[in-house]
Amino acid sequence: MNRRQVFKGLIFTPLALAMTLAGCGKEAPKEASTPAAEMAAPVTAGTIGPAEKPDLKFGFIKLTDMAPLAVAYEKRFFEDEGLYVTLEAQANWKVLLDRVIDGQLDGAHMLAGQPLGATIGFGTKADIITAFSMDLNGNGITVSNAVWEDMKKHIPMGSDGKPVHPIKADYLKPVVEAYKKAGKPFKMGMVFPVSTHNYELRYWLAAGGIHPGYYAPDKGDTSGQIKADALLSVTPPPQMPATMEAGTIHGYCVGEPWNQQAVFKGIGVPVITDYEIWKNNPEKVFGVSQAWADKNPNTHIRVVKAMIRAAKWLDENNNANRPEAVNILSKPNYVGADEAVIANSMTGTFEYEKGDKRAVPDFNVFFRHNATYPYYSDAVWYLSQMRRWGQIAEAKPDSWYMDMAKKVYRPDIYAQAAQALIAEGKMSATDFPNFVTETGFKPPQSEFIDNITFDGSKPNAYLEQFKIGLKGSAKP
Amino acid sequence: MKALTLSSISQNPGRLKPTPAQLAKLGRAVLLPLIAISLFLFLWYNAAKLIDTSLGQFPGPAEVWEQSTNLVTEHQQERQREVAFVARQEVRNAQILARNPEADVQIRPYTGKPTFIDQVGTSLITVLSGFLLASLIAIPLGILIGLNESVYTAVNPLIQLFKPVSPLAWLPLVTMVVSAVYVSDDPAFSKSFITSMLTVLLCCLWPTVINTAVGVSNVSKDLLNVSQVLRLPVLTHVFKIIVPASLPLMFTGLRLSLGIAWMVLIAAEMLAQSPGLGKFVWDEFQNGSSNSLGRIMVAVLVIGFIGFLLDRSMLFLQRSVSWDKSAVLR
Repeated sequence: MNRRQVFKGLIFTPLALAMTLAGCGKEAPKEASTPAAEMAAPVTAGTIGPAEKPDLKFGFIKLTDMAPLAVAYEKRFFEDEGLYVTLEAQANWKVLLDRVIDGQLDGAHMLAGQPLGATIGFGTKADIITAFSMDLNGNGITVSNAVWEDMKKHIPMGSDGKPVHPIKADYLKPVVEAYKKAGKPFKMGMVFPVSTHNYELRYWLAAGGIHPGYYAPDKGDTSGQIKADALLSVTPPPQMPATMEAGTIHGYCVGEPWNQQAVFKGIGVPVITDYEIWKNNPEKVFGVSQAWADKNPNTHIRVVKAMIRAAKWLDENNNANRPEAVNILSKPNYVGADEAVIANSMTGTFEYEKGDKRAVPDFNVFFRHNATYPYYSDAVWYLSQMRRWGQIAEAKPDSWYMDMAKKVYRPDIYAQAAQALIAEGKMSATDFPNFVTETGFKPPQSEFIDNITFDGSKPNAYLEQFKIGLKGSAKP
Repeated sequence: MKALTLSSISQNPGRLKPTPAQLAKLGRAVLLPLIAISLFLFLWYNAAKLIDTSLGQFPGPAEVWEQSTNLVTEHQQERQREVAFVARQEVRNAQILARNPEADVQIRPYTGKPTFIDQVGTSLITVLSGFLLASLIAIPLGILIGLNESVYTAVNPLIQLFKPVSPLAWLPLVTMVVSAVYVSDDPAFSKSFITSMLTVLLCCLWPTVINTAVGVSNVSKDLLNVSQVLRLPVLTHVFKIIVPASLPLMFTGLRLSLGIAWMVLIAAEMLAQSPGLGKFVWDEFQNGSSNSLGRIMVAVLVIGFIGFLLDRSMLFLQRSVSWDKSAVLR
């Protein structure tokens, strides 16, 4: 501790000196206004200047998808970029976000909805941006043993005697109805109001005809339980198994290792993974405050470079490095859960009912399918779901969605990092999308559990397709 | 019969051989706690085996011992990694200097995680700073309140209002104030340290204030009369009459405050994310591994042991400062 204080004094002067000596910053020229042209702004080799702030502190939550951060540290990708990074686990998502906003953390492992929620002002208002998507998929929905027994009566069995997957919420609906008739509230947990888990759980419930509740922030109601059949509330991930065991909640949606923990300890049954709800959905991002990014552009690009390399390492050679990643993550200062619990999902299997292990090779995707690219259409999906459930209180035109997405998601910074890596020979152009033609919008996607097609350029039209959810200028 | 102390031995070396009565006394002082502790360990071992839930088995003495050795090993491994980290930097710096002998190079501080032993250190520093600062405020305040009846009547409701407030209730407010006010490009202390320290201060202030006030207001009438007769100036009156007379109660307050400070710190660290023992417990809880409960138990025992040491240090301080050597101090 004392050393740190002394070094801080020693660092400040030579750093200022080094900055003036070095002098060169990034030289990417800003040209045309179309997104493709902006992202195609060429960066010649070696023009990313030295990091303005080499000593960094990043926060994370103990979930397996913080892996790119752990790998970038342990494999020294951060050190290769001249960055000295300290990784610190945070108590919960709110504390993590607050610490990024007030500068105690330089950046953090964040839910894909957090930068968006913060920028639009749902929760603490602050300008947060992201230039790196940390992974795809990785969540599951688990229900308690009692609920599973009731559900099983309605689920069709396959010829092998095992339940047919994916298990839709249609089979949960009779159970929820029974609870309502008996006067018992059906409660479920998710990790944060703007979390991917919240939206995926609501999507799954709504697709099965169960109403997950509306928010009415303009009336001061941020419980999200208006008109709900199933009452959703926030529970921190490590407390979810205990809370479900105690009967306070009957199910939850969370990332790993908390679904497999429930199976290992015999207190619940995962029924579906988010891979089956929306194939290859965006999950976590690396978020920084806008102010920090403006002040430290080179540092930001270097951080993204190190993390791209880490993501690639995680998916390399058909997931060959995953066992080593599991070993790193099981250390108490990272995820800390037992290796066996983490190993399942990270190495491509997922255990549903005890003994029912199925192959889900893309349960965690870190680099394949352009997982690290921050697509605007992903941002638009989250914004559309925020509107669907009332977190965005009024109807907004399509252009508003586009503007918000472009403000928060920054593929231009990603492109600079990627091109620097290509120029250094560490990665090849085929690893990345074609930056010249990429618009940031994926083509319309239909691999959702309810087969509704999502076109990122038409969010309001998308919202019209849902049976449950706010449309147009409706209010809860 | 003189007690068998070091001073008595040095004065009269012939007395080195203890009498049977002295032996019995010593034996009682050592054996009775030992028996109690052994009994407790036996009960703990058996009870732990019985508490086996789906969320894990309650850690017994053997597990706790195993985990404490693990923690020490981890600390040593981390120190080795630090050595390797510095060595890598030296290599890099040598390369930079080879290209450009004028370049400014330095060895950056280690970026790895703080180990259990580092966290104990952080907690101790935080609790002592919070306690010292609180005492600096509480003792003068207590003296003022004790001396003056009207000040006491005025301030008492406020003290009673703030005394029961839990640290976790103060924490969001303190965090907000610290974030807004403590803004600096190159801070000497981290915000989480300041937040934890201030929370500790707000909660452990009150016993010292109250006990000091009571002690001051109960100074013997004879002593007050002496002061009046001699027409002592106010400061002399305070330092020569009031403070020595109210020391016993003041120290009672200080000991209570230190105990509360230590308890509050653990809770505050969990949420303020200051890298101390509280954070260790919270992180282990979040880990949910099969070792976690054992490690949390180690932390519980260490917290208790340090609390015990802190209390004994205060007692030692009280004994050395107190003028009444015949008073019984436990």
